[in-house]
Order: sequence, then structure tokens, then C-alpha cells
Amino acid sequence: MDLFDFKDGREGYYGKYGGTFLPEILHSTIEELKAEFRKAKADPAFWQEFMALMQSYSGRPTPVTHLANLSNQLGGAQIYVKREDLNHTGSHKINNVMGQGLLAKRMGKTRVIAETGAGQHGYATATMAARFGFESKIYMGAVDVARQRPNVFWMENMGSEVVAVTDGQQTLKDAINECLRDWVTNMDNTHYVLGTACGPHPFPEMVSWFQSIIGREAREQILTSAGKLPDRIFACVGGGSNAIGLFQGFMDDKEVQLVGCEAGGFGPGKGNHASRLAYKDASIGVAQGMKTYFLQNDDGNMLETHSVAAGLDYIGVNPVLVHLWEEDRVRFEAVTDAQVTEALKVTMRSEGLIPALESSHGFAQAIIEAKEMSKDEVVLINMSGRGDKDIFTIADALDDNHWKEFIKQKADAYSSEA
Amino acid sequence: MPLNNYLAERKQALQTSKRPAMIMTHVVCGYPSFEANWKALEIMDSFGVDLVELQFPFSEPSADGPLFVKANQEAISNGVHVNDCFEFMAKVTAKFSFKVIMMGYYNTVFKTGLENFMQRLKAAGAYGFILPDLPVDEAGELHQLARELDLAPIVLMTPTNTDARLEQLASCANGFIYTVARKGVTGSGTNMNTQVSDFIQRCQKFTDLPLAVGFGVSTAEDVTFIGKHADIAVIGTAALKAWEANNEKGLRDFFTQLLS
Ligand SMILES: Cc1ncc(COP(=O)(O)O)c(C=O)c1O
Repeated sequence: MDLFDFKDGREGYYGKYGGTFLPEILHSTIEELKAEFRKAKADPAFWQEFMALMQSYSGRPTPVTHLANLSNQLGGAQIYVKREDLNHTGSHKINNVMGQGLLAKRMGKTRVIAETGAGQHGYATATMAARFGFESKIYMGAVDVARQRPNVFWMENMGSEVVAVTDGQQTLKDAINECLRDWVTNMDNTHYVLGTACGPHPFPEMVSWFQSIIGREAREQILTSAGKLPDRIFACVGGGSNAIGLFQGFMDDKEVQLVGCEAGGFGPGKGNHASRLAYKDASIGVAQGMKTYFLQNDDGNMLETHSVAAGLDYIGVNPVLVHLWEEDRVRFEAVTDAQVTEALKVTMRSEGLIPALESSHGFAQAIIEAKEMSKDEVVLINMSGRGDKDIFTIADALDDNHWKEFIKQKADAYSSEA
Repeated sequence: MPLNNYLAERKQALQTSKRPAMIMTHVVCGYPSFEANWKALEIMDSFGVDLVELQFPFSEPSADGPLFVKANQEAISNGVHVNDCFEFMAKVTAKFSFKVIMMGYYNTVFKTGLENFMQRLKAAGAYGFILPDLPVDEAGELHQLARELDLAPIVLMTPTNTDARLEQLASCANGFIYTVARKGVTGSGTNMNTQVSDFIQRCQKFTDLPLAVGFGVSTAEDVTFIGKHADIAVIGTAALKAWEANNEKGLRDFFTQLLS
């Protein structure tokens, strides 16, 4: 099944969702991008170049790891994890970024811009820009700058300018608006490296294509290590790029359940979470370049969202996933902040793995379901990133006194310097 | 269409006046308040502006620059709803002689329902609408509904468009065409130069509709320049800045220098 042949409808549409909703000034820029992407997608040498780069620079293929301890502890299904955390920069975001970087080079662009929520996408973009010699500017909501400082540190030190966006809710969606404003001004030399499978066509298709590397590897690896296809696979869904990346590998395996895990935040209720599909607080709208489900009010203005994970704290969702959800191919579940913290603790203690707060949403849902499954069943979780970047947030959530002591000492040392 | 007839009349009237171009101004509904909007509109009316864009605030105004972003945001946090905007529009069109164009983002229309929104616009006395994030390729159904109600869908032409695209845009347009004088968001300055006039000329190859020139218009020279090459000068950010600086007096002084 090819999600992107558009044989049942208009180009860029997945069922009713997707499209290209952009100011006219970007029309020719998007046409140029579409044309370049089509050429690249049809050119086997491009994919080979991409694969070679991901191997030599980012350590692909990333392994699949059997979590024997956790599986035994839960007494249910065998849990396997696809280790996107082992990528350079610590998450799956680099797959998309390197792909778009190669494309930007082909288009002769000299500058890249990106939005970032958790900072992982911005971090990956800063890395790519340094390596390819692009000028780069990263837009990040001021709230996210405050909660993901370690990533800001690395971006700046790799030579990117990081702009703290103070409009709106000061999170991911506001950073996207700011990127669009930059792009309508600087499109001649600038490529907008959108970080998730959202936004105007061709971004959902393009990001999905680069991220499909996850699913392609994972299917082969799980067949080898578990000896069978997984019964269920789990991935967290912010914008929806790591999820569609993994799911694509199993799209034709009808018996494999695909589960998208959204940010349940404090639980159901408008403003408490960032769950577009699992909770019933969202409706269809058109914003940020695409038609999809948004957390919005009756006027079409966006609601406040909340999640402990900055990378999932977003109003909209991948239009491809919405279509697959309506077709009953993908199931959506929401996981609360509290469940996420528990899942993270269990995973650290039993396996020595530190999933990012975003990825921990997939772990939490898998843990709930694996318990109820039989021992010969197999589940696969996408560990989209590692939790090192979340050290401040996790330390808060765990109320870690040693960490607090350390920060106080550091602060004292800095203030006596000043 | 009513807007076409109105603009034809106003263009005629220009011939016998000293004013170099028709004038379209811009107000964000409910920012800083509806009372302030009303006072601003009284001033605009007293200077004989031809058209006013009433912007319905949206939470994601991605085509707007910092001042309008703030205006949209504060209007929403002041509790301005779509209903309030329609009510205000009805009062405005009942009272003033300029004609009103709704300006906003497509989600406001989509969420209200295309047909419902168009009918309410008509009922509130609007003559057309501008939705900068709705490309013509996605606008078929809405433009059809608008035609049935004699509402003009205002289309944007930009310097980055190819000739083929300009031709397509022209075929979807009615009322007037909004030509974007430069890249960027609302509010940044534009040098009115030969690049702009060349672009306007290129647009004129594809349409006979009046052309409005937007983005960064702030001085009497700008208006004269636009009058030489096109039809309507769009005054957006500069007027709001003048209001922010000194309320009614600021706005009055601004229009005095602009239209003297
Ligand atoms: C580690 C990690 N996982 C997941 C996400 C969510 O993005 P997506 O749904 O596009 O995979 C992010 C976003 O910042 C992230 O950093």
C-alpha cells in the first residue's frame, strides 16, 4: 500500500486531510520544493546517498533491543525497542534533517531555518547546518527554551542563532508561525526544515519518506530477533513523524496493530493535554499550512495545550495518521504525565535505558498493554529519543534532591564569579 | 458585483479630486477595543477612505508582522469572538460610507462553516473578503458561494509568481486585486521603486481589475507613487502605529500628512 500515490484524490491529500494552505508569496517556493523532492524520490542514487550519510554520520542502522527484564517483570508480551535514541544528536529527528539538508543543497540554498519544541529537531538542524555549511536560525518558543536548555546550549555552540519566540503560547506552534514569517521574507536563499510530518504538502510526505528508514530497518530486525512480526507497535505522536516512520514498515502487515500514543497531560478536558485524537477535544480545522485535527475552540482559535514533553505539546497532528485512524488502521491512545514518569522510572531501573519524555509515552502505553498480553506475543516500541536533554524536567518530576543540591552549588559558584 | 461598481465610481471621482489614489485602511476587530476601533473608523471616514479591511482576530496570524500579531493576540485575550466581529461589522456598514472587506485567516471561515460565514458576511454588509492563507487552488467551493452572494473574493498577486500563475490568479479574482509589493510579513518597510512599478505592470498584463498595493505604505509620496501606477493604496501597520503612539490625535495627524 502506497500512502503517497494520491491515486484516490488530489495530490497532498490523505482522505480529507492535508493540502497546501500557504500565503501566495510562497507558492513558487513550494512548487520548487515539490519538484526537487519528486526528482530525489525517483532517483535511487539519492536514497543511497542518504543511507550512506546516515550510516557514516549518525550510526545507522540503529539496533532493536529485547527488553528481557522488563518483559519478565510485567509477565506479558516480549518487549522490543527500536533504538532511535542511538542516533547522533539523540533522536530520530536527524533522519529527516539530513534528508532535507541534502535536498536543500540540491536546491542551492545557503540558509536553513527550523522550529523546535523539545529542541531535538533544532539540535539536529544545527548539526546539519554546521556540517553542510549552511547559515542557520532556530525558532523555539520561550517556554520551551526554558525547559530544554541543554539543547539550546548545543545549538548555539554549533553556530546556530536560537530565537526565543514570545508570541502566543510560546511553544511549538508559535515557533512554526515564526518560521513561516521568516520564510515569506527569505525564501530565495532559505529552506525551511520543518521537523515533523505536518504542515503544507509536500512536508508530510517528505518527512514521512525520510523517516521511513526507521520502519524499513525495524521490520527486518524484529523478524530476525523475535522470529516473527510484532503483534503491536507503539510510537509517541507529537506532530507524528517518528510514528509514521515506524508504521510505514508494517503498513502491509494487516495483523500488526499500530498504536499512536499522544500526550494526555493532566488528563481529558480542554487545555489539559495535547491529545488530538484519543481524547475528544479536537476538531477539523485549517492552520499551519494543513487541514487536520486541531485543539481549537468554536471560533477556530487554538486552545492552550499541555504536556510534560515539549515535543508532544502541539495543537495539530500528521494528516496521514488522521486518515489511517479514520480507516481504523492506526489506534490512538493518550498517556498522562503521571503515567509517563512511572514508565520512565521502570524502564531506567529494569533496563538501564533512558527514553526521552516524548518516547516514554510509547513505553507507558506498551507497558499497560503488554501486561495483558501473552508471553509469546511481541510488542515493539519506538524509542524516538534519549532522555538526557530532559534532565531538568525529569529531576523535577522525580524530586531529586541530589540534583537540586548540585544546581544550587553551580548557581552559587556562578553568582560569586559575577 | 457591488464592489466592482463601487470602485468604478470611486475611481471616477478621483479624476476630479487632488487625491492620487483610492485608500484602503485596516482595523483589527476589538484591538485595542471596539470603542477605539469605532473612533479610528470615524477618523478614517472623515478623511474619506474608500475601503476598510476589518480583520477578524486569529490565534495563528502567520502572515502578519509583530504589531498585528500582538493586536490579534490581545483581541482574542480580550474575549473577542467571531460573533462580536460580525455584529461590529453590521454597525460599521450601517453607519459609514466606506465599504468593508473582511480580512482574516481561513480557519475562522472553515470553522464557522463556509456557507454560514458567507451569508453572515453578506448580512453584515461586507463587500468582499481577503484570506491570505487560502490559496486559489483550495478556494473553489468558497469562491462559488461568494459569487452567488455577490461577495468579492480578493486575490493576492506577489512578485514571486510566474506569469502562468498570475494568469490563474486573475481568473479567480473579483472586485480588486491585492498586489503584495514585496516579500515578508505585514508592517516592514517597502521602497516604492521601479521594482514595484515593474511588478504592478506585470500584474496589469493579466487583469483589468483595480490593483491595490500593500505592505509598508506610510507616506504621501508612497500614495502618489501608487496613484501613478495602480489604484488603491493599502494603509495597514503605519496607521496602527500612529494610533498606538498617540490615539486619535496620532491617527488624525498621520492621515493629514498622508493625504495632504
Ligand atoms: C525524542 C522525540 N520524540 C518524539 C517527538 C515528537 O515528534 P514526532 O511526533 O514528529 O515524532 C519529538 C519532538 O520534538 C522528540 O524530540
